[in-house]
Amino acid sequence: MKFGVLALQGDFREHISALNHLGIAADEIRSVAELDSIDALIIPGGESTTISLLAKSTGLDKAILQKIKSGMYVYGSCAGMILLASEILDGRLDQIKFSGLDITVRRNGFGRQVDSFEKELTTNLGEHFVGIFIRAPLVQDVGSGVDVLASLETSYGPTPVWVRQNRVMATSFHPELTKNSLVHQYFVDLVMGKIS
Amino acid sequence: MTDARTGTPLVKRGMAEMLKGGVIMDVVTPEQAKIAEDAGAVAVMALERVPADIRAQGGVARMSDPDMIDGIINSVSIPVMAKARIGHFVEAQVLQSLGVDYIDESEVLTPADEANHIDKWKFTVPFVCGATNLGEALRRITEGAAMIRSKGEAGTGNVVEATRHMRQILGDIKRLTVLSEEELYTAAKNLQAPYELVSEVAKSGKLPVVLFTAGGIATPADAALMMQLGAEGVFVGSGIFKSGDPAKRAAAIVQATLNYRDAKKIADVSRGLGEAMVGINIDTLPESEKYATRGW
Repeated sequence: MKFGVLALQGDFREHISALNHLGIAADEIRSVAELDSIDALIIPGGESTTISLLAKSTGLDKAILQKIKSGMYVYGSCAGMILLASEILDGRLDQIKFSGLDITVRRNGFGRQVDSFEKELTTNLGEHFVGIFIRAPLVQDVGSGVDVLASLETSYGPTPVWVRQNRVMATSFHPELTKNSLVHQYFVDLVMGKIS
Repeated sequence: MTDARTGTPLVKRGMAEMLKGGVIMDVVTPEQAKIAEDAGAVAVMALERVPADIRAQGGVARMSDPDMIDGIINSVSIPVMAKARIGHFVEAQVLQSLGVDYIDESEVLTPADEANHIDKWKFTVPFVCGATNLGEALRRITEGAAMIRSKGEAGTGNVVEATRHMRQILGDIKRLTVLSEEELYTAAKNLQAPYELVSEVAKSGKLPVVLFTAGGIATPADAALMMQLGAEGVFVGSGIFKSGDPAKRAAAIVQATLNYRDAKKIADVSRGLGEAMVGINIDTLPESEKYATRGW
């Protein structure tokens, strides 16, 4: 199975390093031709409106949508989660919606940069990690087919921060900025068929 | 939320990681901010006058009117940065209270303190600072800067100083990586930077924070030049809204920053952009009018 990281804008190198750390090679994906050769894609953190615009200008918007429909594995962190959502609040109307996940996200739902935070969290399986939330999207609603792998306690109750629906997965935090490889290991295991 | 920590180094530096590969554009009105967002900017820098106008009009340049910053914050969904004068920690406190996403402690504004920069660790909001060489960059990081940009010479439309500063910073880093352990102590002394930070850069071969470029970038080729030299992203000040067709030029600079190794694409986006901003030759600029010499 071949891995790639969408390298239009954002912290794609950190995702490649995180995969390399697990012994997985990954290509930088900037064109439709490069996308064609991979089985699993990571959409990194960055500015979702910019990534969206650049994906349209390279034709990667349609190509990624097509590959998600035909079963490509995808993981999106932060901006990547926004692009993978089926409903985006406070976004731009012309923003891409891959609808790989039946979730409603609010862009910058936790606030501006001064509200960005890190916090110790626990997955539903009891694993600990530090979540780095940077102008992060807030998952406001999840469909019935979506598994919540980790949540965060907020004043309005628990909100999902790590979700998965079949072959598509997203986090509103940035595991690629930490040394903890829990999330990337999960994605690799998913792609390798070790998790159903 | 209980035990959520804001303003940590990871959260501040991480914000800059998300801007990498992007273009940050100077804007003076909500309309310009919209044009920048439409063109694919990763963030905008809200200010009252672009550097070229500060140069032309002279006088003391200060933090912008809060109304004007609010107007820009409300008009776009991308991050909004704003400038505070070097050492003016109250301007920085005001900008933080307005909710700007990054503060540029900038030599483009008239310095408020000739000896001290702002103690940036005290703030929740992250700071970006200019540098002309590695020692200066490391001093700013020591004071808490979470992102560095080359200074260049803002408001000139002349890329030569940005080139000089990028080559200097990256050359200084390269030289550190080949030094022996005992030579690093002397290197720290010569760089006027803390040994621990110098040693960290020598080992990793890069700054511990994201490095952008700024100061004089006016064309798509300028932006691509900076990226090929090793910048992780680009600030464009006067270059866009002092040109003939800002929307088209802004989009072209975004494309050139993405496709910085692809000469054919850079050629394509460089066609028919209309007039670039009028440039200034640095060697005819009096020493007192060079912004890069502000800060130390």
